[in-house]
Amino acid sequence: MKILIRGAQVIDPGRTNQIGDIYIEHGKITLIELKPQGKAEVSTDMQIIDGKGLIACPGFIDLHAHLREPGFEYKETIATGVTSAVAGGFTSVCCMPNTKPVNDSRSVTEFMLRQAAAANKARVFPIGAITKRSQGEELSEIGELFEAGCVAISDDGIPVMNSLVMRRAMEYAKTFKIPVIDHCEDLHLSEGGSMNEGQVSTELGLPGIPNAAEEVMVARNIMLVELTKAQFHLAHVSTAGSVRLVRDAKARGLPVTAEACPHHFSLTDDAVRSFDTYAKMNPPLRSDMDSHAIKEGLRDGTIDVIATDHAPHAPHEKELQFDSAPFGIIGFETALPLTLNLVDEGVLTMEGAIAKLTSEPARVFGLSHGTLQIGADADLVLFDPSQTWVVDPAKLHSKSRNTPFGGWTMKGKVMKTIVGGRVVYDA
Amino acid sequence: MNLKRKDILSMASLAPEEIAIILEAAEPFKEVSGREIKKVPALRGKTVVNLFFEPSTRTRTSFELAAKRLSADVINFSPSDSSVVKGESLIDTARNIESMQADIIVLRHKAAGAAEVLAKSIHSSVINAGDGWHEHPTQALLDLFTIKEKKGELKGLHVAIVGDVAHSRVARSNIFALTKMGAKVRVVGPATMIPPYLDRLGVEVYYQMDDALSGVDVVMMLRLQLERQSRSLFPSIREYARLYGLTQERVQMAAKDALIMHPGPINRGVEIAHEVADSASAVILNQVTNGVAVRMGLMYLLSELH
Repeated sequence: MKILIRGAQVIDPGRTNQIGDIYIEHGKITLIELKPQGKAEVSTDMQIIDGKGLIACPGFIDLHAHLREPGFEYKETIATGVTSAVAGGFTSVCCMPNTKPVNDSRSVTEFMLRQAAAANKARVFPIGAITKRSQGEELSEIGELFEAGCVAISDDGIPVMNSLVMRRAMEYAKTFKIPVIDHCEDLHLSEGGSMNEGQVSTELGLPGIPNAAEEVMVARNIMLVELTKAQFHLAHVSTAGSVRLVRDAKARGLPVTAEACPHHFSLTDDAVRSFDTYAKMNPPLRSDMDSHAIKEGLRDGTIDVIATDHAPHAPHEKELQFDSAPFGIIGFETALPLTLNLVDEGVLTMEGAIAKLTSEPARVFGLSHGTLQIGADADLVLFDPSQTWVVDPAKLHSKSRNTPFGGWTMKGKVMKTIVGGRVVYDA
Repeated sequence: MNLKRKDILSMASLAPEEIAIILEAAEPFKEVSGREIKKVPALRGKTVVNLFFEPSTRTRTSFELAAKRLSADVINFSPSDSSVVKGESLIDTARNIESMQADIIVLRHKAAGAAEVLAKSIHSSVINAGDGWHEHPTQALLDLFTIKEKKGELKGLHVAIVGDVAHSRVARSNIFALTKMGAKVRVVGPATMIPPYLDRLGVEVYYQMDDALSGVDVVMMLRLQLERQSRSLFPSIREYARLYGLTQERVQMAAKDALIMHPGPINRGVEIAHEVADSASAVILNQVTNGVAVRMGLMYLLSELH
C-alpha cells in the first residue's frame, strides 16, 4: 500500500517544520520532500491524501493509559481503547497494569499484546507491575515482564509506599534499562480524600488530598534516584511543589522524567464545585497556582511529556454521590486540542507541543517511534489545527463517557491517523 | 411572597432575600405550634418523605412534626438497612420514592453533594437535612431565626463558632448564612479541625478560646465527635474539654447578653459545661422549637410551587 500525503505542514520535532510531501510504502516512511515542486512520482496504486491546511506529524505516544482489559471489559476493552486512541491521534499507547488480574506476569502481558494485535489499530506497549498483584510487597518477575514486552514498570493507580521495596525495584529495573514509574501519593496524607484540599474543599465539606500527599512521595522518589541512579518517571505531576522538586532534581543531573495530563493544565478544582464526578480523578484537579506551575514546567522542559491517564469508568459507577464515584476520566480524544491551547497561550510552540506528545515520550521510554525519519514505521497523524468541534461524549469512541469536557468547543481536530502505513482512523 | 426554587440544598446557594423570605415565613408557624390544636391544612394531601441514610432522631422528628402539623402525609424511610445493602443506588432509591408521588423528599446522607445528586435526578422538591460535612441549611436557618428573635438584628453581630469546624455541616451552613446576612463570624478550634482558606470567606480564625470570645454576641458550640480522636485530630477528650470547653469563666469573656447555642445533641462536660448548658443564656431548647417552625415555613414555601 503506497500513500502520498501532499502539501501538509510536516512537523517532525527537532528535524522538520515545513510544507512537504510524505511518501509511505510497505508500512514505512520512504521519502519526505520538502517544499515540493510537484515533480513527485505519482503512481496509480497510490492513495493520495490532501494535506493542505493540515499538520502532519509523528503519531502521538501516550505513556499513561488504562485499557481495562483483562478484567474490566465493561469499562473499556483493548479494542475499544485503541479505537479511541487513534481517533485522538495516538498511534502508540502504554497501558497500565491495574487490570484484573494485575499485569505482573508474562501471560497477562502476552494476552494484552494479542488483543492489541487483533484490534490492529494503535500499538500497545504494556507497562508491567512493580510488585506482585501490585500489593507493594514483593517484586514481580520484572525480567520476565521485560522479555514479554513490557516497556516500563509501575503499580499505578497506587503508590509503592514501602521505600525499601521501591529502592529494590529501581535497582532491579536497571538491569533491563526500563524506567520505573510511580504514582506519587502518600496514602496516609491522602486518606479519605476525594478532591484537592483547598478553598473549594473547605467550602464543599469534601475531604481533601493536600499537595503534600504527592510532593512527599516525589521527594522520596527523587532521593531514591539519587541513591540508586535508576531511571525514574513521575506519573501525572499535578502540583507546583512537585514541579519545583523535579526542576531541582534535573538541575542536579538526576535521571528523572515527568509527565503532566491535559486536565491538570486545563482545569482547576473549581470544576468540582457542582459535585461533578466527571471532574473527579487522582491526582485531583488542583488550584490555579498549581495549574500555572504545570504550564511553566512544560514550557521550561521540567515536564517532559504530556500523557492522558485515560481512565474509563461506566456511567453507573460515576453517577453516584461524589465520594463514592471512582477516580478517573477518559482522555485520548481531547488531548490534542487541550495541548494546542498551550500553543495559543504561548506556553509552547506548535513544534514543542507536538514534541511533548511524540519525540519526548519516545525518548523517555526508549521507543523507536515518535519520529518521521526515512525508514521509520509510518505512524503519523494528520490534524487540522484550526478546525473547531464540540465534544459530544456519546460520539467519542471509548466505551465510556466520563469526560469533564462534554459540551466544550475544542480547536484542533484529528483528520487521519496512520499506523504502520495503514489508515486506522479517518474523521 | 414566594421562593422560586424547587429545592433547598445549601445556604451557599441562597440569596439574602430568599433567606429573609424563609425567616418571615416561619413566624406564623411558630404560633401554630403553640396552639391547643397544632394543625393547619396548608399541606393537606401532600406527601413528605424523610429519606434518612444516616440515623437521626431529632432532625427527623423535627421534620416529621413540621410536616404533620401542616397536615401532610409523612413517610420515614431509612435505607441504611435493606435496599442500600442490596446495592440500590441513591438515585434509584429516590426514583422509586418519587414514583409513589412524593412531593417533598427530605434527605440526610453521609456523602457531601448527595442532595445535589438527588435534586438533579427527580422532580420532587429536595430539602437537604445534612449531607456529610457539606451543609445542613435548615439548621442554619433555625439558628438565624433564633438569633434574630433574641437579638433583633443579624447585621453587625459577632458570632463565634467553636469546635470541629472542618467536619461540621452546621458550621459550614452557618458561616455562609451569617456572612450573607452581614454578621461577623469567627471560628475557634484546634488547628487540626479548622479547614484552610476560611479567611477568604471573611471568617477570622482562632486557635485559642481565651483570645476568641472577647466581645462576642453569639457563641455557637459544635458537638465533638468522639471517633475523631482515633484519627489524630485531638489527643483526648480531657485535653479538648480543657482547651475548648465552654465553661462559665469563658462565657464571662463574651459580651454581656451573649447567646449560647448548640445544634445538639450536647456532650455535657465536653464542649459545654453542665451549668452553662442549663443557664438562661443557653437558647438550645429555643433552637429546637424554632426548628419545627422554620421547617414548617420552608415546606409551605416549597409546596406553593407544585
